[in-house]
Amino acid sequence: MSARLLAERAPIAHIPDGVLAAPVLVTGAVVTAGAVLVGLRQLDYERIPQAAVLAAAFFVASLIAVPLGPSSVHLLLNGLMGLVLGWAAAPAILVALALQAVFFGFGGLLVLGVNTMNMAVPALVCAALFRAPLRRHPGRGAFLIGAGAGALGVLLTGVLIAVALAASGSALAPAAKIILLTYLPLALVEAVVTGAAVTFLGRVAPEILCPPEATGHDR
Amino acid sequence: MRVATTPLTPSTAGDWLATRDARLRILAAVAFALVTVGLERLPALLLALILAAAAAAAGGLTLGNALRRLAPLAGLLAILFATLPLMVPGTPWLELGPLSASREGLLEAMRIALKASAVVLAMLGLVGSLDPVTLGHALARLGLPDKLVHLFLFTVRYIDVLHGEYRRLRQALRARAFVPRSDAHTWRTLGWLVGMLLVRSLERARRVTAAMKCRGFAGHFYRLDQLAWHRGDTAAALGAGATLALLFLLGRPA
Repeated sequence: MSARLLAERAPIAHIPDGVLAAPVLVTGAVVTAGAVLVGLRQLDYERIPQAAVLAAAFFVASLIAVPLGPSSVHLLLNGLMGLVLGWAAAPAILVALALQAVFFGFGGLLVLGVNTMNMAVPALVCAALFRAPLRRHPGRGAFLIGAGAGALGVLLTGVLIAVALAASGSALAPAAKIILLTYLPLALVEAVVTGAAVTFLGRVAPEILCPPEATGHDR
Repeated sequence: MRVATTPLTPSTAGDWLATRDARLRILAAVAFALVTVGLERLPALLLALILAAAAAAAGGLTLGNALRRLAPLAGLLAILFATLPLMVPGTPWLELGPLSASREGLLEAMRIALKASAVVLAMLGLVGSLDPVTLGHALARLGLPDKLVHLFLFTVRYIDVLHGEYRRLRQALRARAFVPRSDAHTWRTLGWLVGMLLVRSLERARRVTAAMKCRGFAGHFYRLDQLAWHRGDTAAALGAGATLALLFLLGRPA
């Protein structure tokens, strides 16, 4: 890990401790716990390695600095996580964020629930909206579906972060607006990246996008 | 070329901290965070930051490392220092035409900066110096759902694998004279890179699962951890409890 990758983290995706009000922290913890429990119930032991690979991919991809104008942005990929994992995206995002917090110092401890909620809820929304169309015609329109999931995942995360800040005190409202604005360019980048990734997966390994639920096993 | 390091590198804790039970270190970090975010008075917050710095030092963080890990906070803190003094009503401290910056707003921004840094430092020092696998086992002993712990342990394992794969793919791109720019071509290429990363890694996950099943893996790990509570841990827990209680009393709103 180079210092360069750590020094510039834009946009702000991890809220640190000490900023949010207690009711917001509790809401985040409750929503995250609920989503994670549902996700774990749907994740059988057979699929844990697969979910772990995606959690790790999410972690590694967040280290990629994508050039954008004079600056650079970091990918979230929560839309892609939702498309590929469905409900299991919630525990996978929790694990990735916990590792980032503990070993990199991104975010904090008590805000882990809110930070997970901010990324996992958009992932679940993308799963609910885009998984069915993707399954119906894999390949055709894959780029648009991927781009939609990429942009929506990022924009919803920006909105949730802004709402969490604004709900913690009216004095934080301008900061919330500034942060929301920084999400707009990332939405564009993430739309293209996720669209390309979904097109690629549709051609090379469609079984990742449309897991053969009927078989479930390798053989 | 830069030396290849794995992304998950725990710092090396000093002897005293390294012999403390992992569960104690996790609980102490959480308790510290709970007390610290509730503090109001600046002297108590400074004391919290000093305690956190001590924990970071005990966890083997060098000054450079600590500063590098605090750097990601800078963006948000800059926004807060710019907006809070204008938003929080109170005694004016600086007036620029129609805008007046309040002392209270500045104090609030300072409080947030101290809390955020203290929690990050304590977390990195106490928990970030644990081996990730030990951390997983300790979380299991603390009652986290078994499947979540499995997911955690597999993820820890795959982060190294995927990071290696990512570096190989990046090198392949470099070999084809790919220079990241701010255009759709770059973004699409990175999208393919992410897709390829997933394809290769999932393929590897399948092979690993098959190999594990071959060796009798039935969906569960047996946790071969050696977490044992020592007398020193009890003493450390009491010490930490007393320190946090003192911090709490010092930081109560006046």
